[in-house]
Amino acid sequence: MKIDAIKNGIVIDHITAGCAMQLYNMLGLDKLDCSVAIIKNVPSAKMGKKDIIKIDSNINVNLDIVSFISPDATVNIIVDGICREKRNIELPERLVNIIKCKNPRCITTTEQEIRHIFVLADRNKREYRCIYCDTKADSRKNYKLK
Amino acid sequence: MRHLINILDFSVEELDELIKVADDIIANPVKYQDACNHKILGTLFFEPSTRTRLSFESAMLSLGGQVLGFSEANSSSAAKGESVSDTAAVVSGYCDIIAMRHPKEGAPLVASAHSHVPVINAGDGGHYHPTQTLADLLTIHHEKGGFEGLTVGLCGDLKFGRTVHSLIEALSRYKGVKFVLISPEELKLPSFVKDEYIKEKNIPYEQSTSLDDVMPQLDVLYMTRVQKERFFNEEDYLRLKDSYILTTDKMKLAKDDMIVMHPLPRVNEISVAVDEDPRASYFRQTLYGKYMRMALILKLLNITV
Repeated sequence: MKIDAIKNGIVIDHITAGCAMQLYNMLGLDKLDCSVAIIKNVPSAKMGKKDIIKIDSNINVNLDIVSFISPDATVNIIVDGICREKRNIELPERLVNIIKCKNPRCITTTEQEIRHIFVLADRNKREYRCIYCDTKADSRKNYKLK
Repeated sequence: MRHLINILDFSVEELDELIKVADDIIANPVKYQDACNHKILGTLFFEPSTRTRLSFESAMLSLGGQVLGFSEANSSSAAKGESVSDTAAVVSGYCDIIAMRHPKEGAPLVASAHSHVPVINAGDGGHYHPTQTLADLLTIHHEKGGFEGLTVGLCGDLKFGRTVHSLIEALSRYKGVKFVLISPEELKLPSFVKDEYIKEKNIPYEQSTSLDDVMPQLDVLYMTRVQKERFFNEEDYLRLKDSYILTTDKMKLAKDDMIVMHPLPRVNEISVAVDEDPRASYFRQTLYGKYMRMALILKLLNITV
């Protein structure tokens, strides 16, 4: 399968296999006018298989979202057909207005215009918890988008 | 400005200091009777509660302060749809300190971000109830002389029981405590509490479905109510509510100096006949709660006597 190389844009590589669509949705890539390629289940020496997203425009990608959904992903900035910058992402300490708490008893379900905040509770387990009710966020679950 | 949302907001040293002040209040109540003169406590209770609200009000009145507030959401502006943050911003202009109970988890944290005065979490749904934990800590400390080397049994609803979670969090910071977790399979302690506060700290613990089996080793038995309002399904509630009932026969298996605690209200999990036993400390526990709330109000208002 051949996808044309992009000239100026962004390649999100090493996405955990199966997570590309979730990332596509959460990054709001569906709202872009430019070409966006989602490549799923690409063979990878390091990961077995992986997903890749190619965006044919130099947009600002929310790295917190990338890191939350797929902590091993890399973000490559392509300028004039050359990879000018390779960003290794880190788990953010806080996720603000990225995901919603799934606990029906949480104050975030009723309080008007409240900021939805999760903090990194355990870096090794890559575990985030809602600051209001301590409910664990599971990045593999499909969250209602903010 | 300090708030108390979670018992872990206070260090062990601060908890020890609160216990010390509470002990002094017990010994010299007159010394503290005007400590909060001209200060006002706002009690924002969006959910019914008798003991906690009256305990807070009694604590403030015993310190010479005054009290205003509401005792259910229907009699507050919440019934008109006002947000917690707006209510907190408004009420904090009318008082010097707020005690707040709310059915939604995290509501007091939201209030604390918008209040101009200290906020005390008086219970947020099934989440935290730190002043109950303060009462529990003073009860144990006062009646057992400290925390070290104690075997603490927690019995009943360990899944939804917020008082149990907070007590485990608080006691896990003291050396030499052992936990015995007694509950039916359906109401076992959630893994996030067990992992974070017991397993990761290498605290010895034991799990049992039988109260009789573990009774002889306990120094403290903390009984809890199986609460109807925490169940989505009434059938589950009816099946489990009578699982663990403490009777005078069971008390015969216990140590002579064991104490029985309960956050109250009791439904039927402790037989009324047990009340006569001097080891039943649950009514004394409510009084300890008042003294700890007095010490807490003084601390958050930065008043030293």
